[in-house]
Amino acid sequence: MKIALLGNPNTGKSSVFNMLTGLRQSVGNFPGVTVDRKEGVLTIDEVSHQLIDFPGTYSIYPRSQDEQIVYDVLSNPEHSDFPDLAVVVVDASNLKRNLFLFTQIYDLGLPCVLVLNMSDLANKKGINIDSTLLKSEFARAEIVEATARVGLGKGRIVEAIKNAKSQEVGAYLGKNSLCAINDAKCHEEEAERRFSAIDSIIEKVISHVATSPTQMKNRLDKVLTHSFWGYFIFAAILLLVFQSIFSFAAIPMDFIDGSFGQLSAWLKVNLPIGVFSDLISQGIVPGIGGVIIFVPQIALLFFFMALLEESGYLARAVFILDRIMRPLGLNGRSAVPLLSSVACAIPGVMAARTIANRKERLITILVAPLMSCSARIPVYTLLIALVIPSENFLGVFNYQGLVLFGLYFLGLFFALLVAFVLKLIIKSNEPSLLLLELPTYKIPRWKNVSISVFEKVKVFVLDAGKMILAISILLWALATFGPSGKMDAAEQKARREGEKSHLSALQVEKNVASTRLENSYIGHVGRFVEPAIQPLGYDWKIGISLLTSFVAREVFVGSLATIYAVQDTDVDHHRLVDRLKAEEKADGTPVFSFAVGLSLMVYYVFAMQCMTTLVVVRQETKSWRIPIVQLLYMGVLAYLGAFIVFQLFK
Amino acid sequence: MKLRLSDIKVGVPVRIVEIDKGDLRAKLLEMGLLKEREVIIAFKAPLGDPIAVEIEGSLLALRLEEASCITVETLVD
Repeated sequence: MKIALLGNPNTGKSSVFNMLTGLRQSVGNFPGVTVDRKEGVLTIDEVSHQLIDFPGTYSIYPRSQDEQIVYDVLSNPEHSDFPDLAVVVVDASNLKRNLFLFTQIYDLGLPCVLVLNMSDLANKKGINIDSTLLKSEFARAEIVEATARVGLGKGRIVEAIKNAKSQEVGAYLGKNSLCAINDAKCHEEEAERRFSAIDSIIEKVISHVATSPTQMKNRLDKVLTHSFWGYFIFAAILLLVFQSIFSFAAIPMDFIDGSFGQLSAWLKVNLPIGVFSDLISQGIVPGIGGVIIFVPQIALLFFFMALLEESGYLARAVFILDRIMRPLGLNGRSAVPLLSSVACAIPGVMAARTIANRKERLITILVAPLMSCSARIPVYTLLIALVIPSENFLGVFNYQGLVLFGLYFLGLFFALLVAFVLKLIIKSNEPSLLLLELPTYKIPRWKNVSISVFEKVKVFVLDAGKMILAISILLWALATFGPSGKMDAAEQKARREGEKSHLSALQVEKNVASTRLENSYIGHVGRFVEPAIQPLGYDWKIGISLLTSFVAREVFVGSLATIYAVQDTDVDHHRLVDRLKAEEKADGTPVFSFAVGLSLMVYYVFAMQCMTTLVVVRQETKSWRIPIVQLLYMGVLAYLGAFIVFQLFK
Repeated sequence: MKLRLSDIKVGVPVRIVEIDKGDLRAKLLEMGLLKEREVIIAFKAPLGDPIAVEIEGSLLALRLEEASCITVETLVD
């Protein structure tokens, strides 16, 4: 049986979902659209049922992209996700508005379970719901109370699902009370009729509600939305989050880095010599390591995002940022996609779905990848370690830290600047909308936070991981093999020359490895692009890394590592940084000079070096036009930026 | 006295009289902003926009532009 989980935003719907399914859930997409489709397994009397979590909505008529799926599925019995039964979660402390969606779903003629969630909060507010009377209004629905946040009510919901299945379906306003999706006039009339019906229900079933609005306890809001303290606290929270991501993640990341390095070296020594062993020790193992290394950062970022969202703070951040974002052609809601993009542009771009206005949504998607994502961190840290001295400036500020901050700022500044330019270019006459509920503050539940982190990390490792692993293997193959004959001929030439000049055996092996790489497939590609990147200060080896990192930025570091590991004939492995520092051009000057390092950093701030993001943008905008525009404008920015920086500091 | 919700000060209880026709109307209605409902502006964002409106125990954030579609009357005359 398929069970749909529906409800308004902020009703604790995901708590109910987690309570019913535990860890037996998976995240995918609804067919044809990239709206998150969370699915879980609910076992009732040893029979497994599919529980599908739908995006939170106030009405079945959508006002944004992700809400559309609710209407699309529920109005189409042929849809593969059309449910046999609907579980509608409502906030018991705000029954009136919540019943709106419930009565619509009831009128669709689906067997319904109404979950009065957060009944503890309702009691605290002095709201008393007579569920027997409520039941008499909706004879065909099962009605249960729950407090899913603390795990209360699972048994009752399961029981209700069993009972609801055997019920005949009913209708409240009648089956014909629902409108076509685009008929706004009809929506207005329906809303008025529905609410007047709901008013009379509420009058009957709810006792002692304060009739006139009293100022709620919003002391916390007074501070968090204050014209000075609001922004101050917002900035402080961001700083804290990013600081902890960097400092806490460094420990497991070093451990992962070290372990995979050791494993790779151990395999190289212990596996029998051959192409297949090389593939494992130099292609696959470093490839997997390159994926796993991001897990600590991604997990921490999603942990903090989940915490901010669960607590109700994120909506306040949207609230105080809306007015500032508007002149830039953005919406307060753009804050979430842009901030998420600091972890990864992919969830960032997808989070833009909550923006109802098409123009604001497009602008948000277009500029989101300019925010420096976590995939750039390994690139930044490597380049900074290479060319920026680890000294203090004025005794307190570390130069390396300042440069890192500068790179993040550069990305943010250009994201806002480009947004402003796009606002002037893109035409639209759609109204821009905020209309957002500010949920009551809650203490986050660890279970919800940890499930959310676990799911997101899983998606990253499995989806992005496949891509990164594949390219690592491809890269290894391209660097190991070359046009037939050429590589062997080059090797023999190097050996002959070595003998002639009486070089040591070690030196000969080094030269052989280096000429082999130069004559491999990838060496050819690198040489081919060299003229185009010379004005930026890069040689063909950097060129190879730029090309391969088009798949994902972090591959840049991996590529350099692979290129130099392939060349590596020493038994002891120097650290990559030391090795790169020692690289010299033919004239004896270092390859990674100050100007080249800076130029590369600026290049990576701007360049759209992420295939996965482009694919996701295409999915989200339904055409290749936007991702191509994005690729081009970011490419131009990157090339010009890197060119100017290199020429200035050369 | 009839006023626009966007002109109301923080903490003054008012009653909704009418919502202007237009694209926004259906969405405002669905959020529970209906005729006869009593609302109060709980607080405003820095720069006075958007505003947080308390209606029947929940808080809604509205831009001034959105709030200006809503005609209200003050409760105490």
